[in-house]
Amino acid sequence: MPMLEVKGITKGFGTLDVLRGVDLTVERGDVVAILGPSGSGKTTLLRCINFLETADSGTLIFDGESFELGHVSKRDIARLRKKTAFVFQNYNLFSNKTALENVTEGLILGHKMPKAQARDVGRRALDRVGLSDRYDYYPDQLSGGQQQRVAIARAIAPEPEIIYFDEPTSALDPELTVEVLAVMRRLAEDGMTMLVVTHEMGFARTVSNRVIFMEDGVVAESGPSKEFFENPKEERTKAFLRSIGTTMAGESGKKENQAKE
Amino acid sequence: MDAHAWQVFAQSFDDILIPGLCMTIPLTIAAFSLCMVVALLLAMVQYAKVPGLRQFARFYIWIFRGTPLLVQLFIVYYGLPRVGIVIHEVVAAIAVIGLNYAAYCAETIRAALESVPVGQVEAGYCTGLSYIQIMRRIVLPQAMKTAFPPLSNSLISMLKDTSLAANITVMEMLQKTKQIVARTYEPLVLYIEVGLIYLAFSTILTWLQGRGERRLSTHRVKRRRNENADA
Repeated sequence: MPMLEVKGITKGFGTLDVLRGVDLTVERGDVVAILGPSGSGKTTLLRCINFLETADSGTLIFDGESFELGHVSKRDIARLRKKTAFVFQNYNLFSNKTALENVTEGLILGHKMPKAQARDVGRRALDRVGLSDRYDYYPDQLSGGQQQRVAIARAIAPEPEIIYFDEPTSALDPELTVEVLAVMRRLAEDGMTMLVVTHEMGFARTVSNRVIFMEDGVVAESGPSKEFFENPKEERTKAFLRSIGTTMAGESGKKENQAKE
Repeated sequence: MDAHAWQVFAQSFDDILIPGLCMTIPLTIAAFSLCMVVALLLAMVQYAKVPGLRQFARFYIWIFRGTPLLVQLFIVYYGLPRVGIVIHEVVAAIAVIGLNYAAYCAETIRAALESVPVGQVEAGYCTGLSYIQIMRRIVLPQAMKTAFPPLSNSLISMLKDTSLAANITVMEMLQKTKQIVARTYEPLVLYIEVGLIYLAFSTILTWLQGRGERRLSTHRVKRRRNENADA
């Protein structure tokens, strides 16, 4: 049974149809990369799955439990969100809280964990993303890469079943991208289920096991990443891969190599 | 200016200061407390887009911001008895000044709430917080820090505007001064004197504002400590 299944999701903003019937399946332990040109609906898809946007229609099946998107009760949304986590493009850390408090806030208030235990779990989460020396720093005292790693610590601390990443490195300088991708790679190796909207082809190729390629609000092609990159079937996919071909061989590839070291 | 003027100036100091301490300041504290509660509610219902209440808040602000405070005092104190509602002058002053300032402060607080990036609210939801928890722990603390300087402004402004209560017979500093002027006929020195006492009160508030702002940015202190630890 897949852990997450989305069927026929649609979403429009005014006259603009951003999602026009998207299907998606994520198995436990999968790292699924969602690729596609800007404006193809990748981010909207992710936001609809976590109810940050309300989809117009579609079905969401999470752990075998089925929900009609657009008619999900607040209670169900809150319940589902406790099993998931979201990492934003702009980190969205709470600016009035330290790194550690950013991680523990949700544990204490959302997950009703005792404070001392939450601080323990929070420290361990920050250790995992390599920030053991930054517990008491406020977000504006941290670099973009460190902030995004705090955001990842905040995401992993409650041990969610799946983490959604919305272009987690798009706001970062290349050298900071490396440290964030390295953390994500380790999470993947630890077996975390991840759904990642990204422009990092190197990451999609080497870390994700499945790729979904979106264009104009629909899935143009999906399949195992190896197949997708080495032997794309659709003409549109081939064109996309050609268009980003230079960056793939160049910058991203190099970054990934650095990340491995 | 002759010796009589200076004598009156010196002798009246206590007579003016005492209603300042016993009326002007308590009046300001009471009115500002009322103002903060109402302003916060008016700002929150707009921020949360509560249907009905949001329109009410806009209407409230339109009325209270659009008419003079003095006119509002007159309507409540001199006008309402005509329909059988008689309110003690001090209560009328607290209520009208508090409710009037709430209209302005509500806008200050609403702007401060809206200045907190909406992404932090989304992040709050995604980490399992409820709307109330997000407001209390994330949005309000940041908004109040932003709103603190303009709200301090309103407080100082209100302190001075309590002098309008003299017009509805409240025995505060200006009213007392007017009485002494009627008795001694030394308007110049006496009105300057009451002005100086207002200035002293405002100066204290300005100093308190500075302290408050420093306290609100305590995490800068933490930063310095961290940087020292790194060195």
